[in-house]
Amino acid sequence: MADKLKVDSGSRLRFGFYWAASCGGCEIAVLDVNEKILDVVANADILFWPVAMDTKYEDVRAMPDGHMDVCFFNGSIRNSEAKEIAQLLRKKSKVLVAFGSCAHHGCIPGLANLHNRREVFDTAYHREPSLDDSAGTEPKTKTRVKEGDLSLPEFFDHVFPLDRVVDVDYYLPGCPPPVPLILNAVTAIFEGNLPAKGAVLAPVKALCDECARNKHVAKKMPDIRRTWEIQADPEECFLEQGIICMGPATRAGCETRCINGNSPCTGCLGPTPEVTDQGAKMISALGSILKVDAEKEMSEEETKALLDKVKDPVGTFYMYGLASAIINHRRGK
Amino acid sequence: MSGQFEPKIAGFFCKWCTSAGADLAGTTRLKYPPNVIPVTMFCSSRVDPQYILQAFRDGADGVIIGGCHPGDCHYQAGNYKTMKRIILVKRLMQQMSIDEGRLRLEWISAAEGGKFARIIHEFTEEIRNLGPLQLAQAVAPGHGAKG
Repeated sequence: MADKLKVDSGSRLRFGFYWAASCGGCEIAVLDVNEKILDVVANADILFWPVAMDTKYEDVRAMPDGHMDVCFFNGSIRNSEAKEIAQLLRKKSKVLVAFGSCAHHGCIPGLANLHNRREVFDTAYHREPSLDDSAGTEPKTKTRVKEGDLSLPEFFDHVFPLDRVVDVDYYLPGCPPPVPLILNAVTAIFEGNLPAKGAVLAPVKALCDECARNKHVAKKMPDIRRTWEIQADPEECFLEQGIICMGPATRAGCETRCINGNSPCTGCLGPTPEVTDQGAKMISALGSILKVDAEKEMSEEETKALLDKVKDPVGTFYMYGLASAIINHRRGK
Repeated sequence: MSGQFEPKIAGFFCKWCTSAGADLAGTTRLKYPPNVIPVTMFCSSRVDPQYILQAFRDGADGVIIGGCHPGDCHYQAGNYKTMKRIILVKRLMQQMSIDEGRLRLEWISAAEGGKFARIIHEFTEEIRNLGPLQLAQAVAPGHGAKG
């Protein structure tokens, strides 16, 4: 990791940032770069950044194609506005980076792929206990009022990662992307040192590789326990304590920030390079290590009862990756 | 056969037991439906859950995995790993509204040609009754859909 950004002072790079269906955490991650953001500002022009600057879509539309050197796009594609702006920014940017887990894999918004638009609307606009639903109001793409027609973007039935609607040049994984990875990426951009198109700008090994906890060669998971059931020993591997940790199926690069807080990995950096489906790989890993000492004595019923302790397989194994999984939405929803 | 739904079934069979059982079914001239496309693996535990999901996504209406009976695994304990994985994949399928009956794990030994033929019969009919899986891929509406 470079400590200081090396910049070609001859030309100022033009940056854009955008957020689609996201929580705003990725925007904070950009600010977490702290004083190094000043190096960026000193050597780049930020042309478009809705969270921080008063620029309009019209300003982007007025740019020549390929005008922006780099666009960091965070958030998944949930509605027609996000899709339209993704297509616009693709056209106006030389390099489009899917920034963060939502743009990369769909992330938490992607879990809505277990439901359809109707179910999402019913929950969000009618059934929430804190709502006054007496008027039955919900978003419509067009509403006539006495002053004229009002329009809203169309809410899709599905959540899509960015690369399902436009070509993406690079991916910065994480929820949000770890600061060292952001700095590496920005440095590579300034130095004109980016890898081949399509690369994920992060290490290629699994998280276990950079995890400092004690691990044993023959990894054995004694049971399935939820985090509140035990006080996890901060020195020992979570899996060896019975807590599902997504480390074996997750890309390294976060410097084990959750694990350092004695919380197991939930998988936000997505799968390692050769893997398509992170959840399937974690299921595979659990099959290999769960109760290996007792597996031969256990009946099928006992094994099923043990695995029943995984209360929410999709939420556990696909917390971030459902929208980009091999099967990425509920059937017939 | 026009009009009748012919299920497409992917079969992953271990080399040491189930594939040998399939050979025995063949050499003893047992008849069974041609709906299963068999793939021989070294061990049922070599069946990555990704293969199962990809088979469904790519048009399989059912997936059957065959391994050695418990205690008989050529690699000692591969089939126990498989059992745990298949239980979890079935849980996953439930959440995704895919009938878990579309995935079947069977222990079939090299001596059980008859069992192989019977299971393939049974499973083909079960999948026929469940109908086509039809996992459509969603496409974002609007212009320029990349899909």
